[in-house]
Amino acid sequence: MWGRIWQMLIKEFIQVVRDKRTRFVLIGPPIIQMLIFGYAATYEIRNVSTVVLDQDHSQQSRELVSRFKTSPYFRVERELTDARVMHQLVDQGHATIAIEIDAGFAARLQKGELAPVQVIVDATNSNTALIASGYVSQITLAFARATQSARMGRIAPQLVERMPSVELEQRPWYNPEFRSRWFFVPGVIGSLTLLLVITLTAFAVVREREIGTLEQIMVTPIRPGEFILGKTLPFFLIGMFDVSLIGAVGTFWFQVPFQGNVGVLLVGAVLFILCMLGVGLLISTISSTQQQAMVTAFFFIMPAITFSGFGFPIATMPQWLQTMTYLSPLRYFLVVLRGTYLKGVGMEILWPQMAAMAALSFGLLTVAILRFHKAVD
Amino acid sequence: MNLIRTLAMARKELIHILRDPRSLGIVVVMPVTLMLLFGYGVNLDLKQTPIYVCDQDGSQQSQDLLKRFQASPYFHVVRVVEKTSQIAQALDSGEAKMGVVIPWNFSRLLSVGGKAKVQALVDASDDNTANVLIGYTQAVVQGYGTSVQLDWLARRGIGLQSAPVSVQTRTWYNENLESSAFIIPGVLALVMSVIGAFLTSLTIAREWERGSMEQLISTPVSAMEIMLGKLTPYFVLGMIDVVLCAALAIFWFHVPFRGSYVTLLLCSALFMVAVLSMGFFISVVAKNQFAASQIALIATFLPAFLLSGFLFAIEQMPPVLQAITRIFPARYYVSILKKIFLKGTPAALLMSDLIPLGIITVLLAVVATRAFHKRLE
Repeated sequence: MWGRIWQMLIKEFIQVVRDKRTRFVLIGPPIIQMLIFGYAATYEIRNVSTVVLDQDHSQQSRELVSRFKTSPYFRVERELTDARVMHQLVDQGHATIAIEIDAGFAARLQKGELAPVQVIVDATNSNTALIASGYVSQITLAFARATQSARMGRIAPQLVERMPSVELEQRPWYNPEFRSRWFFVPGVIGSLTLLLVITLTAFAVVREREIGTLEQIMVTPIRPGEFILGKTLPFFLIGMFDVSLIGAVGTFWFQVPFQGNVGVLLVGAVLFILCMLGVGLLISTISSTQQQAMVTAFFFIMPAITFSGFGFPIATMPQWLQTMTYLSPLRYFLVVLRGTYLKGVGMEILWPQMAAMAALSFGLLTVAILRFHKAVD
Repeated sequence: MNLIRTLAMARKELIHILRDPRSLGIVVVMPVTLMLLFGYGVNLDLKQTPIYVCDQDGSQQSQDLLKRFQASPYFHVVRVVEKTSQIAQALDSGEAKMGVVIPWNFSRLLSVGGKAKVQALVDASDDNTANVLIGYTQAVVQGYGTSVQLDWLARRGIGLQSAPVSVQTRTWYNENLESSAFIIPGVLALVMSVIGAFLTSLTIAREWERGSMEQLISTPVSAMEIMLGKLTPYFVLGMIDVVLCAALAIFWFHVPFRGSYVTLLLCSALFMVAVLSMGFFISVVAKNQFAASQIALIATFLPAFLLSGFLFAIEQMPPVLQAITRIFPARYYVSILKKIFLKGTPAALLMSDLIPLGIITVLLAVVATRAFHKRLE
């Protein structure tokens, strides 16, 4: 039996490695995708294009504007004198933020009245808008507090010293500099592995069926179980190879720290790839052409990635979707990836994820093998 | 070129598509699935984020602050714990995204006029969530601090405004900062990339793989007629999907539509020609379906997803990558979509996107035709 599986394995490897293009597909696209993702995927905000309309021309208004100018989050492109020009610039997308300080700003501050600052935010990108307007409030509030205490100093200098205050001290853990890349790179490792293993497995089996070689193999003494093992083992190994390859790019090129235990990550990777083999096989049993396989795989891959917490927080999804995310093996693997990469946690915390992946892979593989037997008979 | 022969080709291709129910299904089901996925699954606006609070002080003041966190719609105080180590555990396991520590000397410092510090331990492995979360925490803590100060001053007979400066933010184009309004228009580009490049390149690669392309070429049909005939049905399907997606976006997700339907259709037709040419070119270059699917993924789907401004703001990418985005038609199409949907920009003002899109489309069409001719010789 092992002899036959071994022969099957050799045949599969030759088939994969023989074709120059397939060889390239195993290495090229994962690396390209990793690089593009690593650089493109970011929710960070720097140098948001900003225009300012200061109609007060006072020391205070200039002081506020200069706070925006020195902030790394905003790039004050132009200082305008006409509100219409400001609206036009926002309309044409040249400015994302427009800050308008009306005449009388300083006078109101002087009198202790509420001085408004008007802000227009282009919210076509709602995330940028959300974060940028947060920074606008922070900067303006800091200015307000400084003005407040200056005023206090004038009214009652003896009190300022004794006034209580509350401050927030932030301690960002696991990713102290808020790098988007650290968040996305482990996620990309999981997503790319998913993509590759599923498509490879589904295509390989369906192609044999499409060309008719599946029948030829089935008339040989090999049993379906042996066939499946021989067929999937190479892809298991390729999957492990690609996890290591993409992981290496993440660690050495993007410098994402690896805090945890490699062994734990490998256990997670093995369980995850088993799940993916199950999905790939399952797809191959319900598709008769490669195009169908691709389409079916697509229907699994898109939700699996979207619902995994890869780039979009699961916590903000509607409840019914949150429940569905438990079906995506990637969800668990991502926790393992981020846990080992960023948090440096081990089995004592990750065991539920491992157990879930083990259960899913067992279920998927069983169904796939049963269905495969049926498809062959 | 002969119109009848071209139409006959188109008819043959259409029969192919209609005969395979799954391919046909993808035309209807895929846009709907993608729309629902991104419409419901992607929401970057945080609400009810799970947090832990460690109240070491247990005073009236610390309870007041705790109540403010409990009352905020952005936080969900899962547990009030006694030890900071419990927060560390919750962050490690992902049970909480943030832990707020109110130190044991909190109320004492406030009563003697000192600086009381509140600590926020944030899980920053997801930098975006952490960033927004800190902003909200800052608002809660500062709000509390200001009210403490105002009380303190009031007791000493000084009446002060809470904050002398107010920020009046107007969000344009997407007034409620809905993630769906920002995401959904871009889904059209994804759908069309899948239909135009994925499906097309696969079906045509299959003809090469099976050798039926040679049979076609031996008939009197010219190369141009083959190409046009093969692509026309997919063009029609793509346009049906544009209408379907737009209808879903407007009537189901209530994304504002402020532009003109005619402009939307014309721009979509242009983009469709671009992706179809790309898909055709890929099928000519890639010899088998697996390679074709992988190339299509990298050349069309990935750029539409990552490099188009669909999710990630192009301005925030490194300059080299920004330059690369200019090669891909998806970038211009997504920009056009957002402008038509959210801003209602008239066609005359879309030229900065339309002209490059037109040039790229013509280039792609020429390259695809050339490559096809060459392969035939």
